Amino acid sequence: MRSLTIFSSPPNIVKEHLGAGKSERLLCYDSDMTLRIGKQEWDDLRLQGEKAYPYEGCGVLVGQIDGDVKNVQAIVRCDNQRSDSLHNRYGIDPRDVVRVQREARKRAQDIIGFYHSHPDHPARWSQTDLAEAHWTTCSYVITSVMGGIATQTNSFNLVGEEESKRFEDEEIRVE
Amino acid sequence: MMKVLIPTPLRPYTGQQASVEVAAGTVGQTLRELTNQFPDLRKQLFSDDGKLRRFVNVYVNDEDIRYLDHENTPVKDSDTVSIVPSVAGGEDAVAVKDSVAPPLSNDEILRYSRHLIMPEVGMAGQQKLKAARVLCIGAGGLGSPLALYLAAAGVGTLGLVDFDVVDLTNLQRQIIHTVDDVGRPKLDSATEKIAAINPLIDVQKFEMKLTSQNALEIFRQFDVIADGTDNFPTRYLVNDACVLTGKPNVYASIFRFEGQASVFATEQGPCYRCLYPEPPPPGLVPSCAEGGVLGILPGLLGVIQATEVIKLILGSGDPLIGRLLLVDALGMRFRELRLRKNPECPVCGTSPTVRELIDYNQFCGIRGEERPATTNVPEIQPEELKLKLDRGEDIFVLDVREPHEYQICNLGGYLIPLGDLPARMDELDSSRQIVAHCRSGVRSAKAVTLLRQAGFGKVKNLAGGVLAWSDKVDPTMPKY
Repeated sequence: MRSLTIFSSPPNIVKEHLGAGKSERLLCYDSDMTLRIGKQEWDDLRLQGEKAYPYEGCGVLVGQIDGDVKNVQAIVRCDNQRSDSLHNRYGIDPRDVVRVQREARKRAQDIIGFYHSHPDHPARWSQTDLAEAHWTTCSYVITSVMGGIATQTNSFNLVGEEESKRFEDEEIRVE
Repeated sequence: MMKVLIPTPLRPYTGQQASVEVAAGTVGQTLRELTNQFPDLRKQLFSDDGKLRRFVNVYVNDEDIRYLDHENTPVKDSDTVSIVPSVAGGEDAVAVKDSVAPPLSNDEILRYSRHLIMPEVGMAGQQKLKAARVLCIGAGGLGSPLALYLAAAGVGTLGLVDFDVVDLTNLQRQIIHTVDDVGRPKLDSATEKIAAINPLIDVQKFEMKLTSQNALEIFRQFDVIADGTDNFPTRYLVNDACVLTGKPNVYASIFRFEGQASVFATEQGPCYRCLYPEPPPPGLVPSCAEGGVLGILPGLLGVIQATEVIKLILGSGDPLIGRLLLVDALGMRFRELRLRKNPECPVCGTSPTVRELIDYNQFCGIRGEERPATTNVPEIQPEELKLKLDRGEDIFVLDVREPHEYQICNLGGYLIPLGDLPARMDELDSSRQIVAHCRSGVRSAKAVTLLRQAGFGKVKNLAGGVLAWSDKVDPTMPKY
């Protein structure tokens, strides 16, 4: 695996520009929540995006929410059920979600988020992502895969109600 | 008591309970009981009209209630009901349909007033129709009512694909064309009729054969595709192109007294290939030209197609997604088959093998479709047969058509329908010269092949059948 620059430039985020040619440093996230994920799960999640390239890969984050920290304890890869437009759409079969939920409950865990990749597009949520996101309080993790290589990965916390929902940028802590 | 599993996002409305027990006999009762216990949940699950919100899936154990009996699905205490919001998204690379709703003029408001006063359509719905772009494949039997009704309903842009010319035999069912149109391109004729009904419609003519080379480019310009084709290569082409471009395929087909309709290639539902992974062997399903069709039937099915198109545009009602409607006009019965998306489907399955359009003639024709072995059997021209018969030569004329065709016209031949031939060969004398014929020469070529294989040495096929006989020998013989 390549070395990962985790926080170098998430979009839609307040940033401090360090000058031409230098990377951007984050000053803050607008979500109070933090997504905590193990190195193994983190690598797997990004590798899946690379394997799915040039299509969108996707899956479910399973774990527990503890105060303002979402602890990822497992990631479950799902087939992208979108058949029409695999390169720029993803969809997880609700049957898979039912199954993951059932397995998680047996271990006193829960679905706490989802992840998908954006082939040759930035790790930024799209209007479609927002329109099709309905799991408020959950994390939506997006990995940009450029030319088959996973570059940026960002997490967005879905908040509000259906009519007023929005994504907030969320810190990812890889441990 | 039965268990309802509450997903993470809905727990704020159930006091953070992950599962709730309710007593109920159906899914509908379960949800009502649940929202009675937790009134805040109602708005999360149901829209203002009381229907389940589009993105809310409800599962009884491992089955989506859409594939069971919707909210009437019975449940028992041992069942687990799961509420599963959908998980989807993607980049904004796909063109989003006009986000600005086109305004209606006063003329349009008057014209569509019977729509506007229905809450299911209303101003917003009529504007959706105006913004919509629908492509009709074929301006024939199904395409006639489809295009006329969609135009009348105010679908703003109508694309028509056809390269055929109006023929007298079309008028029995293709009501968009008239006697004066015989010999004219179907598209010219259809465009005039549409303009006569609704001049506000933008008709886009594609006077060409739909092929693997042009289909994707054409489909991308439209929102919904309505398949009114009459042959398998085009039907598979339309389906695959719909899946690849992400456009719903509103499908119908007709044969004699029977018809089918469905909506394929939507996000959630199956595609035509999930239902029929491969084309039928040739000859099993005759075309309308070979097998005939009740003239009214394309009207019936075309109107069902038009209804589904309108519903998809409006986003209301229960579209025929995942359901195959079977229409039997003779018994006047409507039946319905549940269809599922096939995960192994080569086009829309989880690991598709067809990722671009293929050669559909080869796909369907590799088994000989529309390519009978006429060239390989000995033939006799109608003029030559006439000459020989007039000279009194001993020729046994074998008619392999159906009895009802024999009643339309005949050459006085001995009738054995092609399907009966293998069992009735003993009625023939292999020492005599035999000339087999049918309507156009296709079936009789098969008969000749059969007979030759069975050892009949002196069998020939009448080239062009009774149609050619009418053209070249006896113009008084009716053509059909």
